[in-house]
Amino acid sequence: MPGIVIIGAGQAGASLAAEARQLGYAGPITLIGDEPVAPYQRPPLSKAYLLGQAGLDRMALRATSFWGDHGIDLRVGRSVTAIDREVGRVWAGGESFRYEHLAIATGSSARQLPEAQGGLLQGVYTIRNIADVDAMAGEFRPNRKLLIIGGGYIGLEAAAVGAKLGLKVTLIEMAPRILQRVAAAETSSFFRELHLSNGVVIRENIALERLVGTGRVSGAVLSDGTELPVDFAIVGIGIMPRTRLAQEADLVIENGIRTDAHGRTSDQHIWAVGDCASFPHEGGRIRLESVGHAIHQGEVVARNILGMTQAYEAKPWFWSDQYDVKLQIAGLNAGYDRVLERKGEEGSRSIWYYRGDRLLAVDAINDARAYMVGKRILESRHTIAPHYVVDAATDVKTLISRAVPVSVGSTVG
Amino acid sequence: MVKITYVEYTGQAHVVDVRQGATVMEGARDNGIPGIEADCGGGCSCATCHAYIDPSWVAKLPAKQPMEEDMLEFAYGADLSRSRLTCQIKVNGALEGLILHLPERQA
Repeated sequence: MPGIVIIGAGQAGASLAAEARQLGYAGPITLIGDEPVAPYQRPPLSKAYLLGQAGLDRMALRATSFWGDHGIDLRVGRSVTAIDREVGRVWAGGESFRYEHLAIATGSSARQLPEAQGGLLQGVYTIRNIADVDAMAGEFRPNRKLLIIGGGYIGLEAAAVGAKLGLKVTLIEMAPRILQRVAAAETSSFFRELHLSNGVVIRENIALERLVGTGRVSGAVLSDGTELPVDFAIVGIGIMPRTRLAQEADLVIENGIRTDAHGRTSDQHIWAVGDCASFPHEGGRIRLESVGHAIHQGEVVARNILGMTQAYEAKPWFWSDQYDVKLQIAGLNAGYDRVLERKGEEGSRSIWYYRGDRLLAVDAINDARAYMVGKRILESRHTIAPHYVVDAATDVKTLISRAVPVSVGSTVG
Repeated sequence: MVKITYVEYTGQAHVVDVRQGATVMEGARDNGIPGIEADCGGGCSCATCHAYIDPSWVAKLPAKQPMEEDMLEFAYGADLSRSRLTCQIKVNGALEGLILHLPERQA
């Protein structure tokens, strides 16, 4: 009997499978992953795992026995090669799996450096899977020269690990400032200072011309003509949703695999969840790359597969760990036109993003209280007048009672 | 191994063995105990591994770090006299017999 087949055994796929069973779904559930390991947490890959402080056993999403105990047929190390919508089955090599409901949870893949820029040289890495990190683990030895291409969160987290382990780290960012795509200048400045004080060389507004070397990377040429010696390089220039299977099956793609508010794609038997899905949000359409999203959208889609009709409402949140600093982000800052900085205790601070009078997001730096307050205000669709936020004399907790509902019809596009 | 009792909100108790060095959150995860979500995987970033420590045990646990304290202040249904984030409690022999109660929901 065909049941639920899930392509992709990351956070979203695992969450969907567990929730469907938890809700009492009695049919077969098949969870197919292309990595050779059971579902695990990805965030530590660029943090504790890279640093050697957390092994795979601690990163597993569930105990090994969980899947079998719950009648979830976990197939690891299998790449799905095609979706046959006519028959309702997917092919993984010579094997096929029939489905009544198919969920695509293929996640995303790291953008690679093109071959013309030295992307195929040995010693050039990206960070997405546990195998990626295992492959580079031996490179992290004191005094070696690590070049990081891209000043987003992945690049900065890798830089922090490199610096902590005594490497000579240079990070280049082609935009005028690190984190430009995802954060305000205030947040960028904080992290620039943090890395500089830990000995990382940060060069902004400068692009990679190409990596050079014979077989293996040995240097880099930058857009200003500078040449740098390099022992190994990490490319952190973004990720792309893995939509190829969906595309080949003629599902509608719009940035990611297009779904409605329930997570259903253009085929009523096929759903998409996590990084690879684009879904309606605040009058527009977004794709989210975050653990919280993967987990909760997976749960909502499980409910919808079982016949409930629950619209997914994203409540975005993110975090990053660098050195002894924890950054927590609530909301999405896209479209902000104003930024306020609130100083907390002992060097902690928070950055509050607004569009007009509406609070959009908060970046909290070693300031869990500001994060939790901002998250609560945002999740209840409230906003808070800026003059309360900047008044450091008021306890951040009081902002919750001072928050007011966002006016009806106000959207963020 | 250290014996820990996790009591679900429904009253269902699970007495399980947790290995030393794991966290109390990991003990719940590894034993498939529902009620602890731990979305961030143990990074003290999300406050979804909240539990109420049995009153007899509160004083025997290591003190909270400021980050945990701050997250708990806003966790759903937290009781600051006995709430903890279970990802921040490392299991060792001194916790033999620990009892904790899971909240109705995590967020």
